Amino acid sequence: MTALLETRELGRAFGALQAVTDVTLAVEPGELRAIIGPNGAGKTTLFHLISGLLPPSAGRVVFRGEDVTALGAPARCRRGLSRTFQITSIFPELSVLENVRIAVQLKAGGNFRLLGGRAQLDASERRARESLAFLGLEGRADELASTLPHGDQRLLEIAMAVAQEPELLLLDEPTQGLSPEDTTATVGVIRQIAKARHLTILLVEHDMDVVFDLADRITVLHFGRVIAEGAPSDIRANAEVQQAYLGTVA
Amino acid sequence: MSVANVVEQLLNALALAGLLFLVSAGLSLVFGILRVVNFAHGVFYMLGAYFGVTSVAVTGWFWPSLLLVPPVVGVVGAMLEASTLRFIYRRPPIYQLLLTFGLALILEESVRVVYGPTALGVEPPALLQGAVEIAGTFYPRYRLFLVVLGLAVGAVVWLLLTKTRTGLVIRAVAQNSEMADCLGADVTRVRTLVFGAACALAGLGGVAAAPMTTAYLGMGISVIVDAFVVVVIGGLGSIPGSMAGSLIVGAAQTWGAFYLPETAMVIMYAVMGAILIFRPWGLFGEEE
Repeated sequence: MTALLETRELGRAFGALQAVTDVTLAVEPGELRAIIGPNGAGKTTLFHLISGLLPPSAGRVVFRGEDVTALGAPARCRRGLSRTFQITSIFPELSVLENVRIAVQLKAGGNFRLLGGRAQLDASERRARESLAFLGLEGRADELASTLPHGDQRLLEIAMAVAQEPELLLLDEPTQGLSPEDTTATVGVIRQIAKARHLTILLVEHDMDVVFDLADRITVLHFGRVIAEGAPSDIRANAEVQQAYLGTVA
Repeated sequence: MSVANVVEQLLNALALAGLLFLVSAGLSLVFGILRVVNFAHGVFYMLGAYFGVTSVAVTGWFWPSLLLVPPVVGVVGAMLEASTLRFIYRRPPIYQLLLTFGLALILEESVRVVYGPTALGVEPPALLQGAVEIAGTFYPRYRLFLVVLGLAVGAVVWLLLTKTRTGLVIRAVAQNSEMADCLGADVTRVRTLVFGAACALAGLGGVAAAPMTTAYLGMGISVIVDAFVVVVIGGLGSIPGSMAGSLIVGAAQTWGAFYLPETAMVIMYAVMGAILIFRPWGLFGEEE
């Protein structure tokens, strides 16, 4: 089986700071992969490199067998790579439905054609409603996104990414800032999405319970390098990982 | 003061508001999407007026000019955005101010070189010449046309923004361009498109104004000052705000000029000052 996503010796420096070094990893279709690491390990930078928000200073990104290193985020998105952000990123002054609809529309393209817009508008609205229903937000479709409670805003963001029907979904700390109940609910939703949509998911997460609960495989970053990769049980037992975490808990 | 008088001043205010709206809506839209305060915006209004003069002189027709000139001005604007502004969005705002101010000077002087320093008039079309009787007063048809044009364009812009797919993309980019980019919006293209559309609106204002005010150098500067007052009152980035602001400035200028000629400008700036003190984000703007 060929990998859905591969990075090859991926690196990124900010001036003298080497944020990500030599990261080579392969994510198989259908896999739920977590990337963990202490603060400042380069997780979010790696995410930006994979999603195309930042160009790498070394290495390649290969998605579905195609070298996408030179492509920006929009082009990667159109090829089936959608993401959420660490800090909730929604459109606060659009309605919940409009938030999801914009995600559908932008994926579909052709938003500047003047004719035949009605049918496409209806189609994208239908898909947006499906996605909202999937995440249990259909009752709030007409509310302004900014009025949703924080937990629902994070779900909305996932709804937007899912509505784009991606091959690979990148989730950047999906449970950050959530209450324990909301965290449990979000974990359930992620598992359900992965199963129902046969999605491959790559997530960055701080909450170890979430990671060990959800992930099929875990990649551990430390000072921008991969120090371990394997099944959750292997990672839990890995001495180098334990040291990396303990060593920074000062 | 007679009823006829009040009606006349009201219509004058509405006609002026119509022109102001065409200019300020674009100014507001550009700020909402590009986060650039475009000093050159008034110059596109002037370009519209001069191109209108040429178009009417060459073809002899007003109506086709009204349709043809705005897209031409829009294309000029879009080309300028794509060749200059596009490269400095990430710089501090002072760069964008200087650039748009520079563009305004260059365009204004270019018009002087091509058209000469004297004001040029345009005949209104036959249909809009003369006056009609309203409430016992004779009112110029052309000004009535400006009222209708302002309202119609306002309605069209509002519908485009709220009811179409393109409108949703534009609103999304205005709120969170990074996120929209990440979702697959071509933000660069949206910016150019919006800048061009805003210039086209200003150009439309210019063609429409020419039969009333003539095309003259400096008309861009004078309109941009009023348009800034409009967007400060209505709220930068808000189309309903531009409409409300245009009505207020239109009313302040016409009524002020009629009843208290010495203080016409004072009234307009007093309203703006009050807004800046009590509601600095404008009547329809969003508090940041």
